[in-house]
Amino acid sequence: MNQEEDVKSCPVIANHIKVALVGQPNVGKSMLINSVSNAHLHVGNFSGVTVDKKEVLFDYDNYHFTVVDLPGTYAFTDYTIEERVTHDYLCAEQYDIIINVVDSTNLEKNLQLTAELLTMSKKVIIALNMTDEAEKEGIEIDAEYMSELIGVPCIKVSAVAKTGIDELIKAVLKKHTSSKNKPKLVFSEPVEEEIARLVWYLDKHKYKANNSYRNIAINLLKNNKKTYEKLHKNPIWTELQPILIEASKHIELHHDSDDIKEAFAEEYASFNRGIVTEVVKQKNNQAKKTLTEKIDSILIHPVFGIPIFLFFMWSLFQLTFEIGAIPMEYIDSFFGWFGDVLGSTIQNDDMRSLVVDGIIGGVGAVVLFVPNIVILFIGIALLESTGYMSRVAFLLDGFFHKFGLHGQSFIPLVTGFGCSIPAYMSARILKNDRDRLLTLFIIGFMSCGARLPVYVLFAGAFFSADMAGNVLFIIYISGAIMGLIAAKVLKLTAFKGVDEPFVMEMPKYRLPTLKLIWHTVLGETMMYLKKAGTFIAGAAMLIWFLSNYPHNLQLQTEYAQKIEQTQDIAEQAKLKNELAEHSLEQSYLGRIGKFSEPVFEPLGLDWKMSIALQAGIAAKEVVVSTLGVLYSLGADVDENSSSLADAIRANIPFASAVSFIVVIMIYLPCFAASIVFTREAGHIKYFFYLFFFTSIAAYIMAFIAYNLTKMLV
Amino acid sequence: MNTLLDCHKACRVRVVKLNAPTALKQRLISFGIMKNATIEVLEHTPAKSTIEIKVGKMRVALRGEEAKMIEVEKI
Ligand SMILES: Nc1nc2c(ncn2[C@@H]2O[C@H](COP(=O)(O)OP(=O)(O)O)[C@@H](O)[C@H]2O)c(=O)[nH]1
Ligand SMILES: [Mg+2]
Repeated sequence: MNQEEDVKSCPVIANHIKVALVGQPNVGKSMLINSVSNAHLHVGNFSGVTVDKKEVLFDYDNYHFTVVDLPGTYAFTDYTIEERVTHDYLCAEQYDIIINVVDSTNLEKNLQLTAELLTMSKKVIIALNMTDEAEKEGIEIDAEYMSELIGVPCIKVSAVAKTGIDELIKAVLKKHTSSKNKPKLVFSEPVEEEIARLVWYLDKHKYKANNSYRNIAINLLKNNKKTYEKLHKNPIWTELQPILIEASKHIELHHDSDDIKEAFAEEYASFNRGIVTEVVKQKNNQAKKTLTEKIDSILIHPVFGIPIFLFFMWSLFQLTFEIGAIPMEYIDSFFGWFGDVLGSTIQNDDMRSLVVDGIIGGVGAVVLFVPNIVILFIGIALLESTGYMSRVAFLLDGFFHKFGLHGQSFIPLVTGFGCSIPAYMSARILKNDRDRLLTLFIIGFMSCGARLPVYVLFAGAFFSADMAGNVLFIIYISGAIMGLIAAKVLKLTAFKGVDEPFVMEMPKYRLPTLKLIWHTVLGETMMYLKKAGTFIAGAAMLIWFLSNYPHNLQLQTEYAQKIEQTQDIAEQAKLKNELAEHSLEQSYLGRIGKFSEPVFEPLGLDWKMSIALQAGIAAKEVVVSTLGVLYSLGADVDENSSSLADAIRANIPFASAVSFIVVIMIYLPCFAASIVFTREAGHIKYFFYLFFFTSIAAYIMAFIAYNLTKMLV
Repeated sequence: MNTLLDCHKACRVRVVKLNAPTALKQRLISFGIMKNATIEVLEHTPAKSTIEIKVGKMRVALRGEEAKMIEVEKI
């Protein structure tokens, strides 16, 4: 309180505190930020959720906080790109304080990174997260004693139960205003001896540096590249080098190892063991199997593991179709009614057509699939947040490996079922550039959420309701299989090379909170709706314009006369349809479609479908909205076929539909995803490779599928 | 010489040496797989192509190839 008043009475310009959040993967860093601020950072139960740094701003007690959520890192090794992001940030950027988030239920392993942070001569605070889980497991940590032993404040918190958050921020404020106090990380005697010798030497020569001499000495001993480079240019280097070599030998001898980094890891480990024995009390001993191990013995069972996984997948798509279909009718009739009501208030024919056929038709066709999208996203959120994701990576690694992919590729690939953009980003968890590029090329084969509407539409149009779910499942699985085959082809040709090792942490199973699932799914769904309201609406208007202009007055008067001449109502309706069809054909869009028709003809696609595919390069949702606009204009064959599915069934032969779906499954991801792909791949040339690779593959596969279906059906 | 690959389900061993290339070795170490660490084999796929082990309180999945680089002794 006192402090608060102080700040108010003395208006300093602003009190900014920049906090870097550091910790091993999956310890709850992102979740901790979410519970401190109003942010909704992505949280999931596997390592590799956060792959890029994200800044969150919030105010507390007259202080402006900037918290930087960094990708998790096991140690200061630049093993993967995401770890490099963290390491570079910590070494090169400006920030005031580090909050080191650790998992209280596995303190010893987490302290391995802490020990490295403590040698950095920065202000550090330790957040002992997952206190709730630790209590349940009978783990008791004496935080006060620990603070005393390590020399930095250790605060018990729980990001889920939101306990200890205030204390954590108060500790940050206190630490921020105090002068640095030294962390008490002590090494074994030989190492301390060598550090002292180096410090003494640096002191003797009054070496100028920002870091403490102790810090520099430790870095030198650890073979830190940057410190080496700096000192290398200094005249004292010639004298320093022999001392350093002697020192390294001494330490290596002590540890009976020829690897100084390994020796240091052992130093840290024994320091940590000391801390843990002092401060951690385990109440009930854990001789029996933990719950996670029991679940694992079923879910990653050598025989049943994969069938269980396939069953989960199948159920997901079954639910996607079955439950998704229930509200669909209402949404459909709502948009029909809304269009009629709104249309009747508009006098001008062109305006009415723009609003009813263009905007409402296009947007309605996309919104119709929100229920399916929601179910798919719930499935993905469950997969991510329970910890099952890493198990599937475990199960599939052997299989993936045969196709030249890495088990961990599974994580970006599954993310790809939601949206390709985060999937491209999450490929960063792969260490080896070749594996990463290969995975980037394959992600597009995993059909993203935006393609789901197209599949649901066609499956619903051509199959009965109880088959449609299976058809969806088959579409997704065969997409994935084609992806694997493509991976094999690429691995044998473009991305030859040795395999990357596979070492992955398996998190413990966690029951996700409803709130977490809700926020994840809500976020994704809102994004889909927002896109429907803005980008898709715009695209639908454009498609409408291109399909209505130029007006051909001659054609209209010609048909008007014909219609007047007959009395037969059926004949009149037929003529009206003919007029609509002809008008559409001579519109701008019709001309583009006709122009590109020869290319698509061997695939059995008429010009309307080829237009829809081309529009889909902008965004896959546009495929459905374009079909919606085109078929609501031209092909309302009879009064009964009100819905788009009916129009499709009436106008598109089955073989052409199959070919259409195959193209959708394979060809270029949307525009936004292509940009992210290019950025992650690192060069524009990869975009062209992707474009040619997917186009050619889509063309060949669709050609085969079309002719095969024609022969069989 | 015994490696982790020779271990069966539920066997407990101590690490003697890591015969891995530098980058992988560092990765293993940062997972706590280092000299004198105790490892328990929890599960493996039929052909031992992928193995799940427990080191400390952490479960780690690795491939047979990587397991072969970890020299161990029975305890
Ligand atoms: N029980 C419990 N679970 C937590 C806590 N904090 C995070 N988690 C869970 O731990 C997992 C990893 O969280 P996340 O924020 O993505 O970790 P990050 O990788 O460090 O950013 C998620 O499944 C969270 O629900 C906590 O305080 N208690
Ligand atoms: Mg995170």
